Amino acid sequence: MGTLAVVALVGRMVGLFALLMLLPLAFALAGGDAAVQAFAASTALTAAAGVTMGLATRRFRRELQPRDGFVLVGLTWLVLPAFGALPLWLAVPGLGATNAYFEAMSAFTATGATAIQGLDALPLSVNVWRCFMMWVGGLGIIVLAVAILPLLGVGGSQLFKAETAGPLKDQKLTPRIADTARAIWGTYGLLSVGCFLAYRAAGMSWIDAFLHMCTTVSLGGFSSYDASFGAFDSPLIEGVAIVFMLLAGINLMLYYAVWRARSLRPIAANPEARAFYGVVAGTIALLVGYLLWFGYYPTWQEALRHAAFHVVSIATTTGYASYDYAQWPLFAPLLMILLGTFATCAGSTGGGIKMVRMLLLLKQARRELVRIVHPHVVNPVVLGGRQVSDRVMQSVIAFMMIYGATLTGFTLLLLFSGLDAVTSFTAVLACVNNIGPGLGDVGPAVNYGGLSDFQTWVCTFAMLLGRLELLAVLVLFTPQFWRR
Amino acid sequence: MKILILGAGRVGESVAESLVSERNDITVVDTDPARLAVLQERLDLRTVAGNGIQPSVLQEAGIEDTDMVISCAPADETNLVVCKVAHERFGVPTRIARVRSDEFADGNPLLDKKGFAVDKVICPEQSVTDYIRKLIEYPAALQVLEFAHGLVSLIAVRAVAEGPLVRHALGEIPALLPGLQMRIVAIYRQDKALVDLDGATRIEPGDEVFVLAATEHIRAILEALGKMARPARRIMIAGGGKVGLRLARQIHAEHELKLIEPNRARCDYLATQLPPQVLVLHGDSTDEDLLGDEHIGQMDLFIALTSDDEDNIMSCLLAKRMGVPRVLAVINRRAYADLVQGTAIDIAISPAHAVLGELLAFVRRGDVEAVHSLRRGAAEALEAIVRGDPRTCRIAGRRVDELKLPAGAQIGAIVRGLHLADGSVAENATPRVIIAHHDTTILQHDHVIVFVPRKRMVREIEKLFQVSATFF
Repeated sequence: MGTLAVVALVGRMVGLFALLMLLPLAFALAGGDAAVQAFAASTALTAAAGVTMGLATRRFRRELQPRDGFVLVGLTWLVLPAFGALPLWLAVPGLGATNAYFEAMSAFTATGATAIQGLDALPLSVNVWRCFMMWVGGLGIIVLAVAILPLLGVGGSQLFKAETAGPLKDQKLTPRIADTARAIWGTYGLLSVGCFLAYRAAGMSWIDAFLHMCTTVSLGGFSSYDASFGAFDSPLIEGVAIVFMLLAGINLMLYYAVWRARSLRPIAANPEARAFYGVVAGTIALLVGYLLWFGYYPTWQEALRHAAFHVVSIATTTGYASYDYAQWPLFAPLLMILLGTFATCAGSTGGGIKMVRMLLLLKQARRELVRIVHPHVVNPVVLGGRQVSDRVMQSVIAFMMIYGATLTGFTLLLLFSGLDAVTSFTAVLACVNNIGPGLGDVGPAVNYGGLSDFQTWVCTFAMLLGRLELLAVLVLFTPQFWRR
Repeated sequence: MKILILGAGRVGESVAESLVSERNDITVVDTDPARLAVLQERLDLRTVAGNGIQPSVLQEAGIEDTDMVISCAPADETNLVVCKVAHERFGVPTRIARVRSDEFADGNPLLDKKGFAVDKVICPEQSVTDYIRKLIEYPAALQVLEFAHGLVSLIAVRAVAEGPLVRHALGEIPALLPGLQMRIVAIYRQDKALVDLDGATRIEPGDEVFVLAATEHIRAILEALGKMARPARRIMIAGGGKVGLRLARQIHAEHELKLIEPNRARCDYLATQLPPQVLVLHGDSTDEDLLGDEHIGQMDLFIALTSDDEDNIMSCLLAKRMGVPRVLAVINRRAYADLVQGTAIDIAISPAHAVLGELLAFVRRGDVEAVHSLRRGAAEALEAIVRGDPRTCRIAGRRVDELKLPAGAQIGAIVRGLHLADGSVAENATPRVIIAHHDTTILQHDHVIVFVPRKRMVREIEKLFQVSATFF
């Protein structure tokens, strides 16, 4: 039975997860804060669960088949947030199981939507755990497992594809998938160290620098303050955040190429990265002009500071705020959220439908228009000098249809539960695209804690769907998948 | 000179044909005995059947005392290996390879003595592409050839009745076009060269006129003789082979291009290689419905580049009929090219001859800088450097009218100042173009451009330039 083989592997993932939990436990012990018991109990329970699952299914271990990969990824991403939620549930008084699971899922999917009010008063170790989970989840725990555990064998490549984002997943950096995973994690690690030191140099405390580094490079957006970046009120820190959000928003594999070529050409020549930077820069310029025109800021410097920080934060699906931008005219925040649905590149830690799909769709549209005028024309979709096969184009179009259907369906569910239209629509956009804050009742100045349990579960599932790019999860719900 | 030619394909054959007429000893090696038999029957040369990358076959072909190897087999790799073998094993002094890939251009370190040991790379596709680009640049010209690093050009143009110079005698030209230094080196009337051009010779409509002039004056001269043609903006290319792709790549920025290719897979490849503003059309270039759908009547220029001569001719005729003012066809067979040139088809391009010039410059003795074949190999124009001084060389220090030139051969232009007094190439030189008259004196280190109406006169011209210690 294939399922048991998968459970055996999930057991290993849970075991790995227990190791990660040692970090907040160490912080709790060192600081002697109130969450020591919660973390000790959670770590023990998680480790025990991992070992039990592993031992009980020991006899069923075998090579994974491609189908098992989807089950493994789906199951891992459902089970790990549950264990991750355990210490939050135990340590944060008044946080129900629903909100704890939501919070853990938000961290794990690098969404950055929080249900906790009063972050500043939480024990340090709880904030460490929230942000650290986000750092791991941002790049993907299965990619991490492929990189450091030799357990996944040939099937590792399948898993890798299920967890990383984008339509063109056959590009490997190195011949072996484990080396590729290691290279990506290495790049991510270096970026993190750089970000950490830059934050410290810009004036954060060591611990703030660590927490915000975790949520910046993962394009997540958790903060240890209710006011998010408003708590620092420093243009310098915001500048550092902008730089690292922009760095993390392109395909991380490009840095590997940059390092090998010893030049910036791979980035400059990458159509996706160029489009990403172009769109972000254009939107910033547009919003600076717009905000000045409506007289929201007296000087262009101030308008630039706020427009740049928030456009980058939302477009990269991070979700930091230094100001309640929901007070701007609706056009501005809505434009930013729409940007967040597609701006980041495939292979980055960002969410959404990814810039490459948007580029391919635009090219496909152009192709059809030319074809009307010239029936004999041959104009395949070309990206970066390579022809994109019709097979890939079909999958991109199917993805967009499912994406549209998902947005509509989830928005209707939230409307059904009694939320207003703006809140429903932006909450779904913010969750499916892993942005974090929406508008209305889930805007930058409030949080998801005010939603009912049903609404919270809808949002939780939306985050999971968005992070795994819909298809990898939805395939589990098709009868064909389970038929042998 | 003993020359070994590898590959009896189209290029190999025309190279052999051209060189054999210059009294060289030619041996041709090819794997196909049938092709070789045809060649041997037609031309005075030796053939050896076998795989040319094998030293034993090369030995049989007498490579040990060969002066030059020209490798023009279909595959780049064969040609590269042959050059390497010829150099390492047999020490052949000059090695020429036909290489299609543009990653192995002249100057690539992989081609030096330690690498593949290729002295000269020839690429017929590139030569044809350059040829066509010139024709696009100068819409009235039949052929444009450059000498002395592009300072001097030889142009062929068909005189039309409206041209200001037409129906005038050559002697009147300086008065009609003051300030334009030019020299008419040959006039072909009904495919026959007029001998003894003098001041009284008139240019008649329909004449094919060969003019030598400084490159900057070309445009004005073309307007004075030929049809007023606006520069081509919209161009349709039939055939997306190697030449079609190269051409489209080089000119798509300045021109609107439509490219027709019958092979679907090739279409896909072309569309990925070319920017999206180049329209790649799948279909047959002789399909009038396709041409009509794509508004061929709006095109300024139609270029047929498929590998099929008949298709090229037919599609050009069709395009002309449907309203394209100027049509160009690549035609491989000499007989066809002579047949259609100047009829409805404005220019017939013969690919084998486009590359010959580069090769000939390498084969010739003396200091021949450039050679271009004209009228599909019948005539020739060459550029040579005067190396000797008046005591060692028959041309240095003499006036043009003191030279004994074969009938019809003309010294057209002189470029002075490219070299320093010791003969080395001058850095940042300021060369002067001198259009030769009967009283012009030729000096040492001049580049002299000579028009030769018949190929057999070439040797006499070359002798003029040879430096000999025992001349007097």
